[in-house]
Amino acid sequence: MQELIRRYGISLSVIMAAMTAFWLLALVVIPNLVLFKFSFRLYLPVDQLGGPNDVYTLKNYFTFFNSPIHINVFFLTILYSSMVTIICLIITYPLAYILAKVLKPTDTATFFLVLLIPLWVSEILRSFAWFIILSMQGPLNAILTGIGLIDKPIRWISGFQSVVIGLVYAYILFMLFPIYNAIQALDTNQIEASQDLGASTWRTHWRVIIPHAKPGIASGCVMVFMLCAGSVVVPTTLASTNSRWFTEIIQQWMFEGLDWNVGSAYAFLLLALCILFVSLVMRVLNVRLVDIAK
Amino acid sequence: MSEDVHLSQICMDFGSFRAVNNVEVTIKPGEFFSFLGPSGCGKTTILRLISGFMEPTQGAVKIGGKDMKGIRPNARPTALIFQNLALFPLMPVWENITFGLEVRGVSKEIRRAKAEELLQLVDLHDSADKRISQLSGGQKQRVAIARALAVEPKVMLLDEPLSALDLKLRQHMRAELRAIQKRTGVTFIYITHDQGEALAMSDRVGVMSQGVLQQVATPQEIYNNPVNGFVASFVGENNVIAGKVTFVSGGMAQFETAKGSFQAKLGASVATGDSAKLFVRPEFCSLRSANEAKVNSIPVEVTEIAFEGNFVNVFVRDQAGDTHMVQVQNDPSVPPPAPHTTCQMVFNPESCMILSEAATSRHGH
Repeated sequence: MQELIRRYGISLSVIMAAMTAFWLLALVVIPNLVLFKFSFRLYLPVDQLGGPNDVYTLKNYFTFFNSPIHINVFFLTILYSSMVTIICLIITYPLAYILAKVLKPTDTATFFLVLLIPLWVSEILRSFAWFIILSMQGPLNAILTGIGLIDKPIRWISGFQSVVIGLVYAYILFMLFPIYNAIQALDTNQIEASQDLGASTWRTHWRVIIPHAKPGIASGCVMVFMLCAGSVVVPTTLASTNSRWFTEIIQQWMFEGLDWNVGSAYAFLLLALCILFVSLVMRVLNVRLVDIAK
Repeated sequence: MSEDVHLSQICMDFGSFRAVNNVEVTIKPGEFFSFLGPSGCGKTTILRLISGFMEPTQGAVKIGGKDMKGIRPNARPTALIFQNLALFPLMPVWENITFGLEVRGVSKEIRRAKAEELLQLVDLHDSADKRISQLSGGQKQRVAIARALAVEPKVMLLDEPLSALDLKLRQHMRAELRAIQKRTGVTFIYITHDQGEALAMSDRVGVMSQGVLQQVATPQEIYNNPVNGFVASFVGENNVIAGKVTFVSGGMAQFETAKGSFQAKLGASVATGDSAKLFVRPEFCSLRSANEAKVNSIPVEVTEIAFEGNFVNVFVRDQAGDTHMVQVQNDPSVPPPAPHTTCQMVFNPESCMILSEAATSRHGH
C-alpha cells in the first residue's frame, strides 16, 4: 500500500483502492451473500412474506437431491467439463512447449497476438460462430464433403459434442497461459542435461518438463474446469435437444420458474460440489494449492 | 575407458558470423584439456559441437575415430557438466545422479547402489536422499560430477562449472576435479576464461581468440613461450613495449624502441624489420639503483606499491610516462623501494619475447 502511494500519489491510490473495494464488495460479496440467504428461504407469495411460513430451511437444497434428472445433468456437466479440460490440456501442452522453448522469442510474440485476437470478440459471438460452422449446411461439412473425407454432412450439433467443441475453443487460452509460463520458467539447460544423459524426448518431457510444469498444468486445469462447469452462453448456444448443462437448470429456476431461492441453492451446490471435485482430483494427483498459487 | 576427441577443420557459422574458424586439434585419451579464452571467443560453441547440441558448418567431430555427424546428444559417449550445473531440483540427489541409468532401464536397486558408490567417489556421504536445494554450492558441484560420471562417459565436457563458487572453494575443487579425472581416467575437456584454472588443472591448454585456436601446448609452454601477443597478454601479466626488430642472431633479436634498445628472444612469425612488441612478465623484472645500468634497462620512478601478501607489485613510470609493473617476493629483510625513488627496471634477455601484436583473427584465413 505504501509502495502504491509512493508511486501514484495519495489521491490516485485511494481511488484505485476504493474502486477495487467497490467491485469486490458491491458486485461480488454482497450479491453472493444475498443469494446465499435466498437459498435458505422459501419462494412464497408476497402476502406470506414475514408470516409463519417464512423460515430458514434446507428444503431448496433437498429439491436437487430429490431430483434424479438434475443429479444426472450435474454429473454430465462434471463429466463433459472434465473432458473439455483434458482435451484442452492435450492440445495446449505441446503448443505451450513449442512457444516457450522451440520458437524464437520474436516469433512467440506474433503467435500470442494471433492467439489473443479472437478473445477480443465476445463469447456469445464466438459461440454463435461455432453454431454456424457446425451447422448441417455450414462450412465445416462443406469442406469435409468437398475434399471427399465424408460422403454426407455430419450432424455436429447433437449430444454434447458441439458443446464440448465450443467450450474447448472458448477456454483453451486459460490452459495455455499458465502452462506456457511454467515451461518458460524452466531452465533450458535442464532439458539439455536430460538429453545429454541419454534421455529420449518423451522421457525428458515425462521426468523433467512435466514435473516442473505441474503447478501450471494444475492451475490451467482448475481454471478451465471451473469456467466450463459455470458456463452458460456456450451450452445454451451450441446445445442440441438432448444436451443440458447444469447452469441451464439454474437459469430455468431463476428466469422461467422465477424461483430465485431454489436457483441460488442450485448455484451454491454447483460451486460447492465443483470445489469438492477439484480438491479430490488434486489430492489424487498430489498437487497442493500453494503450488498452484505460485 | 576413455577416447580421443579429434576436431577436424571445424567451422561454425551463425548467419554471417563465424563463431569457430578452422579449429584443428586432437585431444588425447585420458587427457585433461582446457579451452581457454575470453567470453565470445567460441569456446562454449566448441563444447556444444562436441556434445552434439550443434552440428558444425564445416569439418567433423570425431570421438574415438568415429564421426559424430548426425548423432544426437543422447547417443554420444560424452557427458556435459553445465555452467549452472542444471541439476534436477525436483529429484532427490540419488535420482539426479542415476538419471542417466534410469533412462537406460537400470533397475532401482542397482541404481541406488551405484549412486552410493559415486557419492563415495566424489566425497559426499549420507546425501543420497537430500533435496538439491539442501546442498551447498560445492556439494551441488560434486553431485553434478557424479551425475555425469554415472553414465560412464568416454569424454567429460565441463563448461566453466567452478565459476559460481567462491575463491577458496574454487581452488579446492580444482584439485578435486583433477584428482577425480586421474582416478577415472576419463578424457576431460574443460572450458574456462580463468587462466589460473586452466594452467593449474590441465595437461594441455588451447588458447582461443575470435573463434581461432591460437596455441595448443602445456601450461608451462603457454606461459613461457606464447606464440603471439594475444596469448602472452591473456595468460598472465606483461609489460609491453612497442618497437622494431633490427637484427636477428641465433633466436635472439635486437629491438629498437623509443625507450631504448633491447635484446630479447624472437617469437614465432616475427622477422627482421617487423614492427612488433616486447613482452616481459612482471616477475622477470627487477629494480636496480640508477648507476648499476646494463642491458635491457629502463630508467623509472616508483609510483605505487601494492602489497599482495606473498609478493609485492611495484608500479613504476618511465620517462615517456608509461606505467610498468615489477613483481618482487615479499621479504621483510629487503623492503621494496619507496614511492618517488628513481631507479632502473631491468630484465634478462632470455626472459622476454618479441611477438606479433595481434591474435590470428577470425577472418585471417
